[in-house]
This record gives sequence, C-alpha cells and structure tokens, in this order.
Amino acid sequence: MLAQGLSRGGAADLLALAEGAALLGQDTGLAALEIAGSFLRATLDAPARIALTGAPMRAVCDGAALAWNASHAVAAGATLDLSGSAGGYSYLHMGGGIVAPKVLGARSAHLAAGIGAMLVAGDALEFGPDAGGRVGLCLPALPRFDGGTLRMVETPQTALFPPTQRARFTETVFRKDARANRMGQRLVCDGAGFGAETGLSILSEIIVLGDIQITGDGAPFVLLCECQTTGGYPRIGTVLPCDIARLVQAPAGAALRFSFVSLEDAVRLERQEAARRAGLRRTLRPLVRDVHAIADLLAYQLISGVTCGDELESGGGA
Amino acid sequence: MPPRPPSDWPVIRTVGVDGMLVSFGDRLSEGANRAALAFRAALDGAPVPGQEETSTSLASVYVRFDLRGSDHAAVHSALTKLLAQRDWFDAALPHGRKRWRVPAVFGTALAPQLSEAAALAGLSPDEAIRSICATPLRVQTIGFAPGQPYLGELPPHWDIPRQTGLTPRVPEGALVVAIRQMVVFSVSAPTGWRHVGQTALRLFRPDQPDPFLLRPGDEVQFVPVSAETLDTMRRTDPAGGAVAVAIAQGAA
Repeated sequence: MLAQGLSRGGAADLLALAEGAALLGQDTGLAALEIAGSFLRATLDAPARIALTGAPMRAVCDGAALAWNASHAVAAGATLDLSGSAGGYSYLHMGGGIVAPKVLGARSAHLAAGIGAMLVAGDALEFGPDAGGRVGLCLPALPRFDGGTLRMVETPQTALFPPTQRARFTETVFRKDARANRMGQRLVCDGAGFGAETGLSILSEIIVLGDIQITGDGAPFVLLCECQTTGGYPRIGTVLPCDIARLVQAPAGAALRFSFVSLEDAVRLERQEAARRAGLRRTLRPLVRDVHAIADLLAYQLISGVTCGDELESGGGA
Repeated sequence: MPPRPPSDWPVIRTVGVDGMLVSFGDRLSEGANRAALAFRAALDGAPVPGQEETSTSLASVYVRFDLRGSDHAAVHSALTKLLAQRDWFDAALPHGRKRWRVPAVFGTALAPQLSEAAALAGLSPDEAIRSICATPLRVQTIGFAPGQPYLGELPPHWDIPRQTGLTPRVPEGALVVAIRQMVVFSVSAPTGWRHVGQTALRLFRPDQPDPFLLRPGDEVQFVPVSAETLDTMRRTDPAGGAVAVAIAQGAA
C-alpha cells in the first residue's frame, strides 16, 4: 500500500519467516511471533508444533533444551522459555499460525502505523488449525548473524554523490548503531560523513525497503520494513532484499560494508535467493536426538535416499 | 546512469531491484502532478508485465513488478509505449475523485504557529485563514505515513521555507504549511513545517474495511471552526466533521 503511504511491515527478517514455514510445512503468509532482543515465557494450553528461527536464543521446554532452527512437538501444559538473545530478531512459529486479523490483505504487524501491537505479559494468543506434520526437523541457517558485506544497486540519486564519495562509501567499514528499530537502522563510522552535491533540495520521492538515506548528519540510515514511503533525502544505494536479513540480524557494533552490484547481477541474485527459499523444504533434515529419533531418521532416508553416514555427519548442526 | 538527471521529461529510471520510476519533472508543477496521477491511473487500467503495485509521489509514478514473471526490459518497453500514447502533462485527472470540506481550527493554542506563518507569507492571521480556505486544495500525493496527504498548491506568497529546527511533536490531524503546500498529519510526529491549523481528521483507520480517508487527486477545502465545534466533532463523528461530495468526471 505504498500508494496510501503504508510500507510493507511484517517480519524484519523474511528469510526467518520462510524458514519457519518450511520447518512446519505451512504457508509463509501465516503469522509468527517476532522477538526483538527480548525474551519470552509462554505456557501452552494445547499440544502444538512449533519452530524456532532467526537470531538464536536459548530455548527450553519444561527443562529440556530445544534445538534452534528446528521444529518440535510441545505438549499441552508445557512451558516454553526463550532467552539469551544476543540481538537481532528471533521467531517463534506455531503449527497453524498465530491467529491475527488480516488488515489490507495481510497479517503483518506495522507498529508505526498502529497495525498489530507488542505483546505484554498476560496476553493470550490463539493458534489456527494445524494440518499437522513431522517435527524434529532442522534447517541449516543461512549465515547472517555476524555482519559482513551488503550488496546494493544504484538509486535515482546515486549520481548526485560525487564519485569520490561513492568510492569512499564502499571502502568504509561501518558499525551497526545500537539504536535500531523496524523503521530503520543507523550506521556509524570513523571519519567524515557523506552527502550529495544538491544537499537537501531534492523533490520528495518514493522510498523502498533497503534505501540507504544520507541525512543531514552525513551518517547512512538504511530504511526497513516500517519506513516512511516518501522522502527528500538523497539515497546513495538500495540494499538488495536478499541481504536485508544480514543487516537486521547483525549484532550492535558489528562491522558492515557496502558494495555496488550491477542491476543484472542484482536481479540474478534475487531470483537465486527466491528459488532457494522456495526449495527450503528440500533442505530439511531430521535432528539427531535420542533413541526416539531413529524411526524418523529411517523414514527420512527411505524417502530421500540420503545415506546413513551423511545424516550422521550433517544432521546435528542446529 | 548519466552524471546529471536528464533535462527532458518524462524519464524512466530503476528503483531497487524490482521497481521502475517514471518522473515527470524534478520539481513540483501542476502539469507534472497531473501527469503522475493520470499515468498511474492508466497503468492500473493496463498493467505492465508482472505489475504488482503502483504509487505516485508529487511528480512521479513508481511501479513494482514480479521478477519471477517479468524483467526490466519488458517493463521499460511497456512504460515507453504507454508514455507515447499522449501528452500526460495536460491529462484529465482520474475518475472517482471526491471534494472534501474539512473543519479546522486556525491559530489558538491548538495550532500555535498561524501568526508566524502568516507573517512569513506577508499576511495578517485573518488574511492567512481566508487565503488557505479560499479554494479547494488538491491531494497531490499521499505518502510518508499512512493516509497522509500533501495538499496544494497555495498561492505564491505561501512559498515560505521550512523552519530550521524541528517541532518535536504535532498531534494527529495537525495542518502544517511550507513551500506552497500543506500536510495533514495522519499520526503524531515531529515536523519542520509550521503548525497553523488543527483538524479532527482520522486519515488512517486500520480497523475499517477501507482504512484510508483520502485518495490522490481528491480535493480538500478547509472551513474555519471554533475549538468547541471541533471538539464536538471529534467526540461525535468518526470522520471528524469531514464531508465529501463526488467530483463530476472531466472536471478540472
């Protein structure tokens, strides 16, 4: 609804949402719980399938540790404890999804616009009907929790930045500012800031997720899922959607760099990532657990044809 | 990309990885705004390959498309073809527009910067109110925050700058002015524009089937009311006293 001034909203890390949906074998349009550097204790009134994705946390169910980036069965009456977040966004997915009203065709929260709300102690959440399915599966998480290089394309305003500034921008090591929210992420660096030649007199123009806005103080500000939809500050680049997870999941203080890629390369990378996400279910593996897991393991091998040796080497990585 | 924005309009450029921008100028003008509104309406009637979403800013149209079923070459070609169909700068405004009468309190403690803004425009406060309320203003675009309109264009003496500092917070429904434009805030927010009026408008109501009050191309005419009247409207009318009539098709 950009035409009406409303940005996308929804999960800060869409990859984590897709991973949870794959783990539970359900639609990515179902609502999950986003936990932003916080903690959660929840008691389940009914048995449920759950999945845990995104920034890793310590997960305990009635005293037993649960693997992260994995799906689990939780019994009625069980208490789930999620704690020890190092920052970033963690997700709790429920089989059947969390019941949330659709606003403008989506269950996404957009806190800045007053759609959805933060949970407070004592809140009760309802799950939708769960079609059921296997649990005890895990996914190899795409590495994105330690900063790194964010790829970007040029914007209509990139050329307003002198070539020397653009070069310096891609040579600079930025640090993720501790202040962050779903609207945007400020980055800091040593040395001089950045600025376009025309300064602040640009006609207000469309903003898209990932735009790197350079405001008056010369620091880059990357616009995220609850950002404004138009703005007059020049944008030096737009981070590729497939690299947004790397930005939002980097811990405060993490080193981040930017590199320009051609539009052709960006399109290819986006299509690759879309195909990879669509195929996430094929990368599911059984968790290597206790003796009860063996039945699952055998069933999985019969279906997939993967050898027992491969399973034992690669199955415990969650 | 050329080192300077091209001087001939319209121009088509890319936005992000899956968007295109058709710009009708690098500054706001009646023709460029009219072109943007009309071109978006045309796009929604005859979508480009893979089209997912369109929106307008003051003088441009954004279109996002699905990379799975389309590509930049196909979208660029379709946009070029549609642009060539007519002179968009004198296009009629889209159908289905409404004209709104919106009660507002000007000045007083509810809108403390009326006198200051009037002085910058070379007007007395009463002249400023008459000038703002004299004619309907067009919703040139909706953006920044959900349902938030940019209204214009005010007469030339309203070409007043933004203030250098920010007002930390104006309330929802605040009417602010700068550079011959007015904005009604859909949420409480900081602003560099001067707060000259206060409405009881609720521009975005997420619990409603159609959460947005205004559309780009609508017109808004403000009507001065007392603080008491506005307070009553706020309490008794979910629309904050705003009343709309349809604008006849083909009307300027």
